[in-house]
Parts: sequence; structure tokens; C-alpha cells
Amino acid sequence: MAKGRIVVDEALCKGCELCTTVCPKDVVHMAMDRLTPRGYHPAALIDPQGECTGCAICAVICPDVAISVYRWVPAGKEAEPVRASA
Amino acid sequence: MSEAGMVESLIYTKPGSLTPIGTHYCPGCTHGVAHRLVAEVLEEMGVREQTIGVAPVGCSVFAYNYFNTDFAEAAHGRAPAMATGIKRLNPGSIVFTYQGDGDLASIGAAEILHVAGRGENITVIFVNNAIYGMTGGQMAPTTLPGQRTTSSPLGRDVETQGFPFKMCEVLSQMDGSAYVVRRSLHDVANIRKAKKALRTAFEVQRAGLGFSMVELLSSCPTNWGISAPAALTWIEEHMIPAFPLGDYKVHPAAAALEKAGK
Amino acid sequence: MAKELLEGNVAFAEAAIRAGCEAYFGYPITPQTEALEHMSRRMPELGRVFVQAESEVAAINMVYGAASAGARVMSSSSSPGVSLMMEGLSYIAGSEVPAVLVDIMRGGPGLGNIAPSQGDYNQIVKGGGHGDYRPIVLAPATVQELIDLTVLAFDLAEKYRWIVIVLADGSLGQMMEPAEMPSMRPIARRPDWALTGAKGRKPNLISSIYIDPAKEEVFNYKLLDKMRRIEAEEIRLRETHTDDAEIGVVAFGTAGRIAQSAVKAAREEGIKVGLLRPISLYPYPYEAVRRLSQRVKSLLVVEMNRGQMIEDVRLATDGRVPIHFYGRMGGMVPMPDEVLEAIRRVHAGETVGLPGVLA
Repeated sequence: MAKGRIVVDEALCKGCELCTTVCPKDVVHMAMDRLTPRGYHPAALIDPQGECTGCAICAVICPDVAISVYRWVPAGKEAEPVRASA
Repeated sequence: MSEAGMVESLIYTKPGSLTPIGTHYCPGCTHGVAHRLVAEVLEEMGVREQTIGVAPVGCSVFAYNYFNTDFAEAAHGRAPAMATGIKRLNPGSIVFTYQGDGDLASIGAAEILHVAGRGENITVIFVNNAIYGMTGGQMAPTTLPGQRTTSSPLGRDVETQGFPFKMCEVLSQMDGSAYVVRRSLHDVANIRKAKKALRTAFEVQRAGLGFSMVELLSSCPTNWGISAPAALTWIEEHMIPAFPLGDYKVHPAAAALEKAGK
Repeated sequence: MAKELLEGNVAFAEAAIRAGCEAYFGYPITPQTEALEHMSRRMPELGRVFVQAESEVAAINMVYGAASAGARVMSSSSSPGVSLMMEGLSYIAGSEVPAVLVDIMRGGPGLGNIAPSQGDYNQIVKGGGHGDYRPIVLAPATVQELIDLTVLAFDLAEKYRWIVIVLADGSLGQMMEPAEMPSMRPIARRPDWALTGAKGRKPNLISSIYIDPAKEEVFNYKLLDKMRRIEAEEIRLRETHTDDAEIGVVAFGTAGRIAQSAVKAAREEGIKVGLLRPISLYPYPYEAVRRLSQRVKSLLVVEMNRGQMIEDVRLATDGRVPIHFYGRMGGMVPMPDEVLEAIRRVHAGETVGLPGVLA
């Protein structure tokens, strides 16, 4: 099953599509069925086969820091991420 | 699904050096990437509370809304001078300016030259997108020959409008410069290299080695009139030949900082 | 402290140091370069900050940076250099950070010359830079006043979080006179609003941008309120021989000092003349000038320019009495005899003025 997943913050996503161009598994696509509060089509993880590896390449290119990335890791090896401001 | 002994870990989210506020930048504008890289570096170095940023006039005039650090708003081109005043009065702080190509290379040409010449212990982040973004797409000192802008509608004519300014090349000549490099934000591999360079630049400042600058080749989809993905390609195909990536000045001690994996 | 023979430029620089000035940023320009040179030696001696900037544009922006860091900071320049600083001064006003500037005026306009003049009155007193702001302006007439007003400038700048400009001219900058220097004050603590690194507190922002006009207007009301308080509390002037005067001379700075000699000589000739010398040019002593205009038959304004302060005198008097004008321009310094002659002519019922400067 999927080794990772992403969550796109739709309040921040501006629909620039850059993430969709870099995903090595091609599981990030624009959600054309809805608009964000700012009027953009957001990006979203569309991963029915569970192929996302949590590589975070989409997060690296996202100019709006809208993407949070999760990855399944052995217990005890949780990453110390750079966290959102409290 | 969880296998035995596996947990779902949050491995990446917004760094604490950025505020929760969504930016006003155009969709796909690499300012957002540059901001994020700077914020990640400040966070990883643990210097957020010592940092004072200086915002320019340009698209990033509101940068202070996005960084969780002390910030000053400078007049157009004057950020290096303002940063000089701030750093000299706060020698233990980390001071950076964040400037576009018009701010740094046009109206601020004297200030950037002298801050390098004096070897001020500040870090300049130079966001070069070959155009004036905020004011609607006029020609910048770094606009390419033949590039159409609203003030070079027939394409930049080098006969009457001069040649692009290569700021890394110029500033690397100053003895006060300790770390002057050019990177690009056009793809993931280069974004990662850019982050490393930013880290080295801030370490150079922390070590008191002199002036550091990272020039970041960046996009302006709106004023270039192309899509965000196409803009990144344009950087690769047109800007990199004109502004070659590389290390233009690296103080020997800076090289050591880089090697130590800091 | 004992009196010493001090040159004006050196005096104001040292006075600033005694007042706790932590940083000086400047650029060479005659006739005030001695101040820069004095600072270049003294500030490093004391472990304080000195930078000879690449231009006055850079200098004022370094001042802006240091002021944002909450330090006592100053620059000094002369007329053309001060013109370059106008953008920076407007930003400093719009950010409400304290700063001190000394303008040692010279002949102009343009490159002009290095001789003394008062041609920057409008530029400095009316704000100079863009937007609605008026710096506090103090006009000394002696080296002692230059020292005392420079120290006062730092106190007022800090009290009001505002710009204070000491407006002098090349003769005052260059002359040597006996004067007393105040003793050294300690360096002050940085205020809470300053940029020092957001350790254990919310980030501070120093900025002059209010992109929403409604908010900008609110901010401008705040500045107006500050200026009202300044106008209520910081008026300074000196009046001599005005109690029974029939002619009132109004002059500031060196022109005031020259007029003083002329007034004294005129009194010896039996002419009932007095002198009102504004020391604060902003806030201008309108009330004192108005009261003077109610007692005298005419006023004579003396300036080393084409007639700039005269407009403030007109504002104060509202047409009540004729206002005569004696002025020298371009760096020419009037002699007391010239001013005495002007007083005599006014006393004799003549109109004294310059072409284009209506009496």
C-alpha cells in the first residue's frame, strides 16, 4: 500500500500546477471539480493504487508551502520536521 | 495500512520561520520557493530569534508578513545600506536582505557594490527574474537582449539599452566578498542546491567571514506571459546561458564550512 | 566643565558623542567634513559605529537601519547632500524611528559654493521629503548653542520618536569660539519596539508602508497628533529689546546673530528696534511673532536666502503690519552695517525688499 501521502492546504494552494509536473509517480493532479476560497483549482493527491512514496518532491517545488508530506517509517525513526508556526 | 512496527510520520510541513499567512505572489512564482528555503535554513540553524530581515521595494515588499523574524522595510535599492546600519548596531544578529533585480542592480547598484566592498557581514538573497515584476513588467538591468518587456516593447536593444548585468561576476571581484554564488530555482535538483548555498551563505555570515550573496535565477510567469511550468523551462533554456550557475567567490574558510556538511 | 576654543563642526560631532550617539554615518561635503573626520577618529576609539558611506543616499539609509535597531544615531551633511537624503528622511518619519541630522547650509541652488547660506529653510522646515511630515528643526546662532541644541536634538528625537534637524550654516560650522562641552552620558538601552532579534517576543516590524489608504490616513492622524504635541511643548526663541520696539527684526541662526549687532547699533542711534530670534523653526513661534506684530509698526525679516522664513512671519502676522526684507543670497554673508542700514531705511519710512519678495 502507499508508503506516503500528501495533504494540500487548499487555503494556500494557488493552482500553479508545478507539483503536477514533478511527481515521479504522477499521482498529483489538479482537482477540476472544485475551487479553493481564492478561486483556484487546487492540486490534490489522486492515488487509487497507493503509489505515493512520500518523496516530498512536490513539496520542494511548491511556492506556497501548501503541501505537507507523510511517510510510513519504522517506529522510532520519526522525522523531526520543520513544523508550522504554532 | 500499517505494517508491524511502522508509523506514519509527518516528514515535511511549513517551517516555523514562516508565518501562516498565504502569500500574495502570483501562482507559480518562485519567490515562494526562495522564501521557504530561507525559512528552512534559519530554522535548521536555530537562528530565527537572532535574525533581522530587510525587505526591498518590489514584489517582495511584503516579505515581512511571511517571515517570523524582526523585519525592516527599506527604500528602493537601499536595503544593503539599511542592513549595514542594523548589523553594525546588532553585531550578534543574522541580517539578510532580500532583493529583486531592479532593486539590487538598478537603483541599488551603488549600495550593493559598497556593501560587498566593505565586506559587511550580511547575506544578500538576490532574486533575479530578468524583469520588474511589481510595477508590471518593465525592463530590468538583467533583462536579456531581445527580451520584450513593457519598456522594451521591441525587445531589448543592446545598442541603446545596454547589456544584462552579471552581478555575481561583478561582486566576486570585491575583496570584501566571502561567498558569492549563483543558483537556480527551475527544478527540484537545483532548488536543493540553492538551499545548500543559502545555508553556506548564512554560515559564512555567522562565522564573520564577510559579504555573502546567493543569486537565485527565478521566474515571473505573469510578466513573461507564459505558464508557471513554461517559465521554469525558460529559466533553464534562456537565463542559465546568460547567467551561468556556479561559485564566483568562495573564501577558503567558506569552502571548509560547506565541506563540513553544515 | 571649562570653556575651550572649539570649531563648530567638531563641536557638534563631539556633543553628539557626549549625548550618547552610538552611530554616525556620513559622507564628505564641504563645509562640514570636519564632523565626519572627528567621528572617524572618536567613534572607533569609543567602540561605537562609524561608516563613511558611499553617498548621502546610503548614509541616511544606514541611519534608518541603525535607528530601526533603536540606537541613538545621526548624520550630518550640507545642502546638496541633504537634498539626496530627502527620501530617507521621509521613510524615517513614516516609520517613526528617532534620528538626528545636522545640515550645515551652503550657497546654492545646485552645486553652488561652499560659503554659508540659509537657503535650505523651506526644504528642511517644511519637510523636504515627500508626504505630510515636519521634522523638529533647531537653529543655533553660536557654537555653544550648536552644542546644546545637538544634545537636545537626541533627547527630542527619542521623546517623540521623530526626526530632529539642527539647521546651521557654513560660518557656524567653520568658526571657532569658546564653548563648554557637556559631560559624557552612558549609552542608552534599546527600546522594546526596536529590531534586535525576536528572542522571546513577537517579531518587530519597522516600516512606512500602509497600502490601504484608509489605514494610511489613520496613521497620518497619529502623526498630526504627535506634531500638535510638539507644537504645544517645543517652541524655543529669544527676544531682545522688543518690549518698546517700533521695528521688529525677525531672523534666525547666523542672520539672527548679525542682526543682533545691528539692533544694538541702531539702539545706540536712538531707533527703537528689537530682535525676535526663533530657535525652533519647527515648531515655529507664530504666537510670539503675532504678539510682536501687535506692538510694532513694521517688521524687518533678515535672511541669508531669497526670503523663505518671511512666509512664516507673514502667516503669523496676517497682514497686520508691513513686512520688510533684507537678504543676501548665494553664500554672501550680510555685514552688520548692511542690516543697520536696512533698519535705518525702514525707520525712515522706506520700503526695503528684494525684487519678487513683496514687502
